[in-house]
Amino acid sequence: MSDLLTLAGVHTHIGRYHILQGVDLTAREGRTTMLLGRNGAGKTTTLRTIMGLWPASSGTITLAGTRIEALATPDIATRGIGYVPETMAVFSDLTVKENLILAARTGPLDDAQLAWIFQFFPALKKFWLSSAGTLSGGQKQMLSIARAIVEPRKLLLIDEPTKGLAPAIVGALIDCLAEIKRRGATILLVEQNFRVAEAIGDDVAVMDNGRIMYTGDMPTLAANTALQEHFLGLSLEAHQ
Amino acid sequence: MSELAADEALPEPPRDIVPAALPIVLALVMLPLSGSASSWVTLTVASLAMGMMIFIMASGLTLVFGLMDVLNFGHGAFIAVGAYVATLAFGPLAAWMQSDSLLDNLAALLPAGLLAMAVSGALGAVFERVLILPVYGQHLKQILITMGGLIVAEQSLYALWGPQQIPLPLPGALRGSFILGDIAIAKYRVLAMVVGLVVFVGTLLVLNRTKVGLLIRAGVENREMVEALGYRVRRLFLGVFMVGSALAGLGGVMWGLYREQIHASMGGDLMILIFIVVIIGGLGSVTGCFIGAILVAMVANYGGFLLPKLALVSNILLMVAILMWRPRGLYPVTNR
Amino acid sequence: MMILSGDPPRSRVLSALLIVIVALLALAPFLFPGAKPLNVATKICVFAALVASYDLLLGYTGTVSFAHTMFYGIGSYGIAIALYTLGPTWTAVGAGLACGLPLAVLLALAIGLFSLRVQAIFFAMITLAVASAFLVLASQLSGLTGGEDGRSFQLPELLRPGTVFAKGVFGITVSGRTLTYYIVFVGAAAMILALLRVVNSPFGRVLQAIRENRFRAEALGYRTVFHLTLANCIAALVAAFAGALNALWLRYAGPDTSLAFSIMLDILLMVVIGGMGTIYGAIIGAVIFILAQNYLQALMGLASSAAADAGLPLLPGLLHPDRWLLWLGLLFIASVYFFPTGVVGRLRGAARQ
Repeated sequence: MSDLLTLAGVHTHIGRYHILQGVDLTAREGRTTMLLGRNGAGKTTTLRTIMGLWPASSGTITLAGTRIEALATPDIATRGIGYVPETMAVFSDLTVKENLILAARTGPLDDAQLAWIFQFFPALKKFWLSSAGTLSGGQKQMLSIARAIVEPRKLLLIDEPTKGLAPAIVGALIDCLAEIKRRGATILLVEQNFRVAEAIGDDVAVMDNGRIMYTGDMPTLAANTALQEHFLGLSLEAHQ
Repeated sequence: MSELAADEALPEPPRDIVPAALPIVLALVMLPLSGSASSWVTLTVASLAMGMMIFIMASGLTLVFGLMDVLNFGHGAFIAVGAYVATLAFGPLAAWMQSDSLLDNLAALLPAGLLAMAVSGALGAVFERVLILPVYGQHLKQILITMGGLIVAEQSLYALWGPQQIPLPLPGALRGSFILGDIAIAKYRVLAMVVGLVVFVGTLLVLNRTKVGLLIRAGVENREMVEALGYRVRRLFLGVFMVGSALAGLGGVMWGLYREQIHASMGGDLMILIFIVVIIGGLGSVTGCFIGAILVAMVANYGGFLLPKLALVSNILLMVAILMWRPRGLYPVTNR
Repeated sequence: MMILSGDPPRSRVLSALLIVIVALLALAPFLFPGAKPLNVATKICVFAALVASYDLLLGYTGTVSFAHTMFYGIGSYGIAIALYTLGPTWTAVGAGLACGLPLAVLLALAIGLFSLRVQAIFFAMITLAVASAFLVLASQLSGLTGGEDGRSFQLPELLRPGTVFAKGVFGITVSGRTLTYYIVFVGAAAMILALLRVVNSPFGRVLQAIRENRFRAEALGYRTVFHLTLANCIAALVAAFAGALNALWLRYAGPDTSLAFSIMLDILLMVVIGGMGTIYGAIIGAVIFILAQNYLQALMGLASSAAADAGLPLLPGLLHPDRWLLWLGLLFIASVYFFPTGVVGRLRGAARQ
């Protein structure tokens, strides 16, 4: 099982703030890597740095053997990354259909892929011609994820998909992510909700203060409450 | 795709038609105030024609701002350059211009307009690459640099063509008016309205029916996400900038013919009107820009008729009134 | 130190330059007694103060206003209209100031509250629109302003060139004209020192915090609209006063000398050349620019006719003195790109190394 994405010694500055302070992280092919950590640890910045939205000031990022840290965002995206930002960033002025048309970069929408997406996101079919701005928060999240998977991508970067969603919708999202996994996708998933992490994570990396503090596999962390306390105590408290 | 028609759509939020109704209301209010039906028609047609021409000039500016957050104070340069370049074409085509046949006239106007658009568009590309690219994302420097660009362009026109006004007579078949009873409608104004409508409808079609249009609309809302989907927004922006400049050039030719004279300072002078229009419309909104342009033209024409002294500041008063009502313009663009 | 509000030039070369400039200006009537040199010296004084007030906006708050000449014009017209209608008395001078200065401040307040409230980015566009409307108004309301011709007026007895105080002081005649010059000089110096005081006060530091990051300043609890509007009003007040001084010197106010858009461009260029956000840059910028304007333009004329005589194409047109703005525009663009900190920024940078 090879490493699809590797970050080595990545530093990122935003203005005069030094956010990432030497991040080393790998995402293995065909597996879901959970990026955990408390608020402000640098998880979102890590994903944005991978996408080139906040370029790394030093360090290397390698995707499938190619260095990408110096590329512009569109070039990084076309190398096969689907990105679901924390803000969902659906184009609210456009319809659901138009959002997906833009996400399907290489050509017309593929009916089979759409049918697969509609299986677990029926709302998108229902509101196909409505403008995305009129969708509910959960539906916007579904649309944002659908945009990332409307065409096959090597790697999915998903930033806190369950944030602010009702428990019932979180359940549906877990099912959906599990289904995407089953199709063999490689996912780097930022999550604060440990239940979600436990349900779909294979590997885990815990961040704090702009560095990776712990890496291992999910079952180990899930079984070891002492480890959880140690690395995630703050984050779990913050969630209750 | 067609088999995936929606089974049902969400209830759309009620369409915001109040701004769109404003010009109509204004025209109706003017009806009893204008004294006679014929002067009302004349004023209204004048307003619509003037508004459409302003829209043609302003539409590019509003999109450029919406897409890349670039405030181009040099947009007026393209207007003046377009008008001056057209005179180059009118020279050799003078015979067709003076002819009384509409076809001959159009045979002169069309190449002149296309030439103006081509040169303005090319100048726009240079402007974007040389002046705006290095100060991208810095509003203060953008304003200063593009202002400098406007001055240099204006002064170059003076240096090349001399400081005097250049007459630009209307072609033969477009002089005079259509007479319907006691109502007279200037022929050129009808042409201006037709061209303006074509540009407006064309812009809306492109924005709503093509993938490039979808990208522009999406980019106005969230440029970062469009890039994260793998599209080069910078290249898209250059395209929009060039088209916007070309339209400004076309507007310059039309405005020059409307006034029957051109002057190198026309770009700078019109810039003020254009700023008022894009502010009123909501920066980034093409529909808002269209309505704003018509409102500004109506206030200028109606105001000039009712209270000539007031017309001097009527645009400012209109802008203040609209911004009091909607601080971000008639159709504020989301995310700004 | 006290008089400079604890904000010295911070560069030996700059200090030396400033001392020389101030000394030359202070002694100008004795060193350069001709009519033209004294006009240039007065213009430098007036513009140094005017540009410094603009620097308060552009350099310290980062807002671009195109209405600064409007305030300058209001000050000029205030004096001109008062002296024209009330006759050449000191009461009229007082009345002109008492009308012009508050009007400028009120207008600045209205523009500030309105456009800063709606959206800060509108500010540049709205000021441009308002200033152009004002220019149109001033040239149309000819009953009040004299229209395109402007208003010429007589000065109070004491300030007239014919009033001689002493003859043969260092070889020159000390007249009412000399007194007027010193009023302008002292007034300009007082305004610049007052602006130094403003930018080095806690208020000035808040302005800089707003310039660096408006959202952060807002989050820290500063009412940014209030601060920006106050800065706008102070700048307008100083500009109007500079306009009044200029009108006193010229004994005239008209659209071309006080409201024209080209003056706005001159101010922008002086700020950028001198160095934004330094106040001292205004003095340096005004000196460089006004000397160039008065003496380089003549050179352009010579070069233009020489090129015409040589039968060169295009060059005569490009070098014609009326095309002064073309080169100004190019210089302006180049300064913003390559020289964004201006002369003062460069000198200070060199001093730090």
